[in-house]
Amino acid sequence: MRDRHPFLQLFAARLRELKREPGVLFWIFGFPLLLAIGLGIAFRNEPRTEVAVGVLRSAGAEAVAAALPAERGFRASVLTDAEAAHALRLGKVALVVVPAAESGGAPEFRFDPTRPESELARVRVHDALERAAGRVDRIEPREAPVTEPGSRYIDFLIPGLLGMNIMSGGMWGIGYAIVDMRSKRLLKRLAATPMKRTHFLGAFLAARLVLVLAEMVLLLAFGWLAFDLVPQGSLVDVVALCVLGACAFAGLGLLVATRTAKVEIVGGLINLVMLPMFVVSGVFFSSERFPDVLQPFVRALPLTALNDGLRAAILEGAPLSEQLPRVLVLLVWGAISFVLALRLFRWS
Amino acid sequence: MSLAIRCRGLVKTFPGKPPVEAVRGLDLEVRTGECFGLLGPNGAGKTTTIEILEGLSAPTAGVVEVLGRAWKTDERELRERIGVTLQETKLADKLTVLETLRLFASFYARGRSAESALDEVGLGEKRSSWVVNLSGGQRQRLAVACALVGDPELLFLDEPTTGLDPQSRRQLWDVVRALRGAGRTILLTTHYMDEAEKLCDRVAIVDHGRVIAQGSPAELIRSLGGDHVVEFAFQDGLRAGELAALEALPGVRAARAEADGGALTVGEPHVTIPALLAFAEREHRALARLSTRQASLEDVFVTLTGRHLRDA
Ligand SMILES: Nc1ncnc2c1ncn2[C@@H]1O[C@H](COP(=O)(O)OP(=O)(O)O)[C@@H](O)[C@H]1O
Ligand SMILES: [Mg+2]
Repeated sequence: MRDRHPFLQLFAARLRELKREPGVLFWIFGFPLLLAIGLGIAFRNEPRTEVAVGVLRSAGAEAVAAALPAERGFRASVLTDAEAAHALRLGKVALVVVPAAESGGAPEFRFDPTRPESELARVRVHDALERAAGRVDRIEPREAPVTEPGSRYIDFLIPGLLGMNIMSGGMWGIGYAIVDMRSKRLLKRLAATPMKRTHFLGAFLAARLVLVLAEMVLLLAFGWLAFDLVPQGSLVDVVALCVLGACAFAGLGLLVATRTAKVEIVGGLINLVMLPMFVVSGVFFSSERFPDVLQPFVRALPLTALNDGLRAAILEGAPLSEQLPRVLVLLVWGAISFVLALRLFRWS
Repeated sequence: MSLAIRCRGLVKTFPGKPPVEAVRGLDLEVRTGECFGLLGPNGAGKTTTIEILEGLSAPTAGVVEVLGRAWKTDERELRERIGVTLQETKLADKLTVLETLRLFASFYARGRSAESALDEVGLGEKRSSWVVNLSGGQRQRLAVACALVGDPELLFLDEPTTGLDPQSRRQLWDVVRALRGAGRTILLTTHYMDEAEKLCDRVAIVDHGRVIAQGSPAELIRSLGGDHVVEFAFQDGLRAGELAALEALPGVRAARAEADGGALTVGEPHVTIPALLAFAEREHRALARLSTRQASLEDVFVTLTGRHLRDA
């Protein structure tokens, strides 16, 4: 006797199983939040980067240190020759000033020009010493610091984490789960009933979409409450991108699961698919850092399209109509992998 | 008399190096309303055969007819009319018994309520337990209940009691007997001869992918020529030539050597035992062991193959 439609039964069963698996809930909801908190703290934007400078102990040391005051963003310490070399090596100071031997002479800067903070220190220390020596600045710019939401690292991070989660959720939630059912012969048992295959796969996909939307709400709410990050674009566009991404990765998850019999093997396959995208698709740092020749490949990856799309929608408010290439990339990945997976799928 | 299953010349070869000929020309007829058993040792080809009959894998050659239909043309209809338990299926751990049954019940257009299937296998009390918390016997009964929710005419049970403790086995036997009593046709596989004897109206003994004997357990045992088996052992083992002499004793239909002695198939133990004792006296042989029991399907299998079911 049919209490409820088989699709609804399958869908409810899938959600119940997920709900009753604490590990799964952690990976889906806890893990991205912890990452966001951890990275948000590590890369919080400081008011102004402090420049740590060592001044070599000598006759002119006090005068040089006095020219580098804390209220102008310096942390100057007077060091012996050995201490200075050590501090420079460890990165405790970005630059060491050797005061001029006689008054009026030129000081010496010891630093590693390939280190950005040392280069910055060189410019600022030079500037400060010039002023102390009596330089008169003709231009005194007004400073208007911008720390608005949208340009901080955490703003970059949250859409990336959302994209990453959509990827790993799809791959594990579909690929691993199906291979697990196959290895327990549960797929074969289901194939022995009159169950419609479309109901089964549809229920998996639907459960996945529900989770993706929950993840999206959670991460965006977290960004808003903890970091004041308010999505600029329409929420409908963000939802649409999440759904497209979820479908593309559900398709890939299904594809790796089509014939694999063992969960260990599918675990390896999933990592093999995901690892390159973790690195190049702009989760933690911009995918623009890769050389131009690689860009067409990087941009053709579904996670790049998803991350870039989410960033454009959330941070810049770009409407979906301006992101058609990314939408297309996600659609093509989803369509190809679903079609292939359904062709190749084995129930036993 | 109508047939629930008919198959002729069934062959299944798994590709590989070398290919595995799991089933090599198997014929079977299961009558409507009977409980039929495929009895054979591990690796005999029982699971391969039953999964072909269930439409889960395609035969390499042969004709299969289930409920008068063919899998190729009538899969949807057949799926509604049969119920299946596979060998070793693990149902979802974290669904409750009732949730699992409701899920399976939803797949069938007609069929019956999850609750009534639950009562039929005696799992009513466990309705709210997660599957992961059930004992082996309870899981197996749940698997049978999942096969029953479609109210099937024909039920396939692959090794329903393998790995269960004696009490769980008896509980499951009661379930199967009740199903058989309710008029369903059952095809089960087993490598336990006592299970086949107790549950099945007819049995096919399968070895190396072929049926080597077929009939009711009573008929098969009768084919041995005697209903009793006398088992004995001499103190220093059996000597060469002794088996032939023992076979010539009155009432002995067949004699075979066992690990440390012999087994005689006999019609009348009260005739043969005195003759065996007299033989021992005459030959100055001390008996280490002597017992008699009813002949079983195990004896049929040993007579046909020279091997025991349990260690074949
Ligand atoms: N998928 C398969 N691929 C290769 N060989 C198989 C496969 N399934 C079963 N076999 C082999 O076929 C033979 C019969 O197996 P099976 O039907 O499971 O026997 P039974 O159920 O009687 O124990 C065995 O030798 C087994 O190893
Ligand atoms: Mg088997």
